[in-house]
Amino acid sequence: MRVVLAEDSVLLREGLIRLLAAAGMEVVAAVDEAEGLLRAAEEHRPELVVTDVRMPPTHTDEGLRAALVLRRQQPGLAVLVLSQYVEERYAAQLLASASAGGVGYLLKDRVADVAEFIDALRRVASGGTALDPEVVAQLLLRGNSDPLERLTPREHEVLRLMAEGRSNAGIGQSLVLSEGAVGKHIGNIFTKLDLPPAEGDHRRVLAVLQFLKIRSLP
Amino acid sequence: MKVPRPWSARAWLDTAHVMIGFPVGVLLGGLTLLLAVAPPLLRRALPWFTRVQRSRLHAFQGVRIPPVPAPAGWREPMTWRQIGYHLLSPVVGVAGAVLVALAWGGAVVGLLAFLPPKLQEPPLEFALDLRDNRVQLAFMLVGLALLVLAPFLARGMAALDLSVARALLGPSRTELGQRIETLTESRAGVIDAADAERRRIERDLHDGAQQRLVSLAMNLGLARATLTDLPEPAREAIEQAHEEAKQALKELRDFVRGLHPAVLNDQGLDAALSGVAARAPFPVKLRVDIERRTTPTIEAVAFFTVSEALTNIAKHAAATRAEVSVRRERDRLHVLVHDDGCGGARMDGGTGLRGLAQRIDSVDGTLRLSSPLGGPTTIEVELPCE
Repeated sequence: MRVVLAEDSVLLREGLIRLLAAAGMEVVAAVDEAEGLLRAAEEHRPELVVTDVRMPPTHTDEGLRAALVLRRQQPGLAVLVLSQYVEERYAAQLLASASAGGVGYLLKDRVADVAEFIDALRRVASGGTALDPEVVAQLLLRGNSDPLERLTPREHEVLRLMAEGRSNAGIGQSLVLSEGAVGKHIGNIFTKLDLPPAEGDHRRVLAVLQFLKIRSLP
Repeated sequence: MKVPRPWSARAWLDTAHVMIGFPVGVLLGGLTLLLAVAPPLLRRALPWFTRVQRSRLHAFQGVRIPPVPAPAGWREPMTWRQIGYHLLSPVVGVAGAVLVALAWGGAVVGLLAFLPPKLQEPPLEFALDLRDNRVQLAFMLVGLALLVLAPFLARGMAALDLSVARALLGPSRTELGQRIETLTESRAGVIDAADAERRRIERDLHDGAQQRLVSLAMNLGLARATLTDLPEPAREAIEQAHEEAKQALKELRDFVRGLHPAVLNDQGLDAALSGVAARAPFPVKLRVDIERRTTPTIEAVAFFTVSEALTNIAKHAAATRAEVSVRRERDRLHVLVHDDGCGGARMDGGTGLRGLAQRIDSVDGTLRLSSPLGGPTTIEVELPCE
């Protein structure tokens, strides 16, 4: 898999290159600022972009904005954003950039858990989502959005893992449930969140997305 | 004003003040004139002269003339005002000393007029014969009047000296105005600098320690994942180091975010506060209504207010929900934090609210707290913004 990496800390960039190489991915370009990221993505046409949020020259949210531009320019390009802090607003913007999958928003700390991180990378690259457990936990904590109050505690747990981007099998493993039971819970969640099956394959993302939209309303 | 009686401490202090003011004033006034031939010397000596007079006024009158910044040169009006005082104080001193001495002396002489001049005949033929009872009575009445008058006179002369000193040794109205302006500016500078410093520390930690720790944790994670054939103790050590690195990373992250979140710079209060609200362990209803962003310093104070208030609620209030509203009305930013907890929050209770009040105070904001025992608690903050 061809990956473009954007990270301004040399130490971390080198580490990530090593990590991705160890996971059998090919880092075709590694850049240290947002402009370079846009150019590299244009030139190399990678399948996956991994980028930091804050990058030179202004050290604000340049990486995130570059990611949003890329999502617009190259539909289908998978983007994983790494951030030092969990900011729902960033996650919401990123997810709203396309209702299709192929996006991820993870705390930088997650790279420490190598296997899980690689798993998240693969998921995003193959069109899934990877939302940081901390973002998801925050979203679920906010009980002020009506549709969510209708969910049972078990459904909450399922939604949480779903939002992180886990598959039915993965959710079943974590919660010690059969895949069938997970499927039933997910069906209930879709019903309660008013997501009819006709919408297509990405109802999982839509569930999380709707959730994000609900909570970003005043 | 308290009426001084002839035997009160005030009367004696005023008298002493006036009497000592005379030689001191004459001495310093003379020295000022003398040193006028060597201006640099005079300029050096002036602060000393002024200090002597200031301490005299403090010793006898208990008044501290507010000091002005040391006069630097001849172009400073303060230098000339000081010279003016030192040249004027001998005049005031002599006039005061003569008047007060005459009053006290007259009182003594008058009151003792009944003592017959036994020892010798008056040397001069006096128009008034002191052996005459009526003359004696008149003298005594005048003496009595002077006895009552003397303290007033001493008071008056001391007050005159004091007002001259206030006018010439203290800061003038324009100087005070300038001073306030300078202080206001420098305070704003200090606050902005502190805020900038907070952001700089955040940046430094973000670009330095945090990245290093992430890298360390990642390498340990990689080692833990790949080096599976190591002997047990080595693997355990790696595992432990990995966990500790992750924990350190989390602690550092929590600390840095409290300093000054980057998202506040990028996207303003709304985004930053939604992050804080989301982190609270209870539902928070957030409403941010700002059409135009305020200065970074005011934004930082508003952010700190909400973040500190929510932290306090989480720690002490046992609340099930909270409401945060931030709105801007022209040049005021209103921040309101309300919770349904147990109340009883006090400004003097802990360091949390006091620190908050201080930070709000530093930008001329106001804080109102309503927290009856049993709740609910409402914190209302108003911050000025351009």
